[in-house]
Amino acid sequence: MSVIQDGGYDRPGIIEKPPVLAPGHTTGSVTDRISEVVTRGTPKWFYPAFGFSFLLMMLLIFSIAKLVFQGTGIWGLNAPVGWGFAIINFVWWIGIGHAGTLISAILLLLRQEWRTSINRFAEAMTLFAVACAGIFPLIHVGRPWLAYWLLPYPNTMGMWPQFRSPLVWDVFAVSTYATVSVLFWYVGLIPDLATLRDRSKNKIAKIIYGMTALGWRNSAKHWHEHEVASLLLAGIATPLVLSVHSVVSFDFAVGIIPGWHATIFPPYFVAGAIFAGFAMVLTLTIPLRSIFNLGDFITQRHLQNMGKVMLATGLIVAYGYGVEIFMAWYSGNPFEWFMVKNRVTGPYKWHWMSLILCNVLAPQALWSRRVRTSALGLWIVSMFVNVGMWMERFIIVVTSLHRDFLPSSWGMYHGTIWDWAIYVGTMGLFLSLLFLFIRFVPMISIFEVRTLLPEAKIKATGHPKEHH
Amino acid sequence: MSHGHELETSGRLYGLMAEFEDPNTLVEATSKAYERGHRKMDAYAPFPIEELAEALGSHHSRLPLMVLVGGIIGCLAGFGMQYWVNVIEYPMNIAGRPFNSWPMFIPVTFEMTILFSALTAVFGMFALCGLPTPYHPVFNNPRFSAASQDRYFLCIEADDPHFDRDETHQFLASLGPTEVTEVDH
Repeated sequence: MSVIQDGGYDRPGIIEKPPVLAPGHTTGSVTDRISEVVTRGTPKWFYPAFGFSFLLMMLLIFSIAKLVFQGTGIWGLNAPVGWGFAIINFVWWIGIGHAGTLISAILLLLRQEWRTSINRFAEAMTLFAVACAGIFPLIHVGRPWLAYWLLPYPNTMGMWPQFRSPLVWDVFAVSTYATVSVLFWYVGLIPDLATLRDRSKNKIAKIIYGMTALGWRNSAKHWHEHEVASLLLAGIATPLVLSVHSVVSFDFAVGIIPGWHATIFPPYFVAGAIFAGFAMVLTLTIPLRSIFNLGDFITQRHLQNMGKVMLATGLIVAYGYGVEIFMAWYSGNPFEWFMVKNRVTGPYKWHWMSLILCNVLAPQALWSRRVRTSALGLWIVSMFVNVGMWMERFIIVVTSLHRDFLPSSWGMYHGTIWDWAIYVGTMGLFLSLLFLFIRFVPMISIFEVRTLLPEAKIKATGHPKEHH
Repeated sequence: MSHGHELETSGRLYGLMAEFEDPNTLVEATSKAYERGHRKMDAYAPFPIEELAEALGSHHSRLPLMVLVGGIIGCLAGFGMQYWVNVIEYPMNIAGRPFNSWPMFIPVTFEMTILFSALTAVFGMFALCGLPTPYHPVFNNPRFSAASQDRYFLCIEADDPHFDRDETHQFLASLGPTEVTEVDH
């Protein structure tokens, strides 16, 4: 009880909720428990788990090699569907990344202390998801070895990018997003790397953690600058994360294809991204917290809150689906209205129905407190959402393209085995990076959890301040 | 400078370091040291403590201003680059729109503003903290590795004008530390 009150939630009305940190911890015990995940050596299950992910990553590399040798003909792309799995997967992965930034930046600005124990992990998830996402536009350009032509640089051809194209906006948005995410993550990591440096017994580990900690010495003056920098980065990352998925949605919305040309796209994409991202955070943290016995730090409270965010963003997404249909009808545009009818009753109707099942119906279970407080229940709902959000992008990309204005140019699209191989391969890349992260870096921010402790609440006042 | 004599006799003394068991004692100790006139000192704790920075008399950070300037530079550079490319160097007629179709330049301008601000925030923070610091004397105290775990330290540096080896030692010892250590360079 005292932890609940002293741990930052002393406002009335919140006291009955589960704490953000289990009672009885001290700075020492928090440091021990979180850093021992890294310092106590490699657990046995790690080898098969990492090995499996690594094999999938090899599948990715093999499939990309085949693509480079043979060209995009190995994919299911053809007229009229020129955007297939590559764009679906790009949007899916980058959307997943957005929850990490939301947790680390927006919830920091909103002073949601419960974010503390999941933000490191969620940010890492962002980085790895963006790494996977970034692969797809590059290999989709057809001649990936010329992808650098997208960047503005002086060249002997005398050519420059066309900045009115959303595809060029994508280059800037995604590369900025990747850079800022890495910086934000690393800045938060520095004090924890210093902790690992000071705790490591292994000489090589000590040197590597020492170098990456940059000589951080926990000086109060440095902490002050560090806090200011973190808040500024959070303030910068908040509009950034909204802009990135808006720009991604412009790839579609700027086009005139029925089903793409809609003003609802930016907010609807952003909500979908957060929805997908929280689903992925739950999918990953629920097993990890039980494997590493981190229930003290990732409590019932975190799971419940993530469930609530998923429910809220899921409802926004459902509203987006509704508005799309309504506007298609209300606009009186026969092509738009045909697109909707084709989406719901055409050859891809089962895809559409599974989308509604996964993204609209399944998350309604989260209204129930029993589901929100059950790790298994949340995990099942989150898996539905992971599938549903992939389906959503499939519906947007494929059903809009496959039957547009001219019936003579209609066609069907299916992914080939190589489409699937690359998609599954990026999951291997994602999981490999994630396992390496869990193994070598504290997956919960140690210093931020210390600030939640009762002993971190300072009763002493500073001296009468002398202002200059 | 005026205490050069003492510095010579103390050899390579960096400062005197007191170790504390809880943050409240450290904040109180730091306030007292500040009141006593010590300025060249630093406090070390395993997590950020706002009161501690205040007790050290630290001023408002210059970082926000730096980030603002960085952001403005990024904004101008972003728009300038697009204007130069699509209006001056390589004009292209896209759907009959003006070459300077500025609304279409906003997304990239925005991203460049964010990019430059973020880079300034991180590298500005490194610069203000003097990171990376490959060597620092405080680590010569073997107990200091606890500063990143569960202990709190106050170090009054030897080149502080009010520093006196014995007097400062006594003063630190009176603040309730578990230990007072001499730290060499």
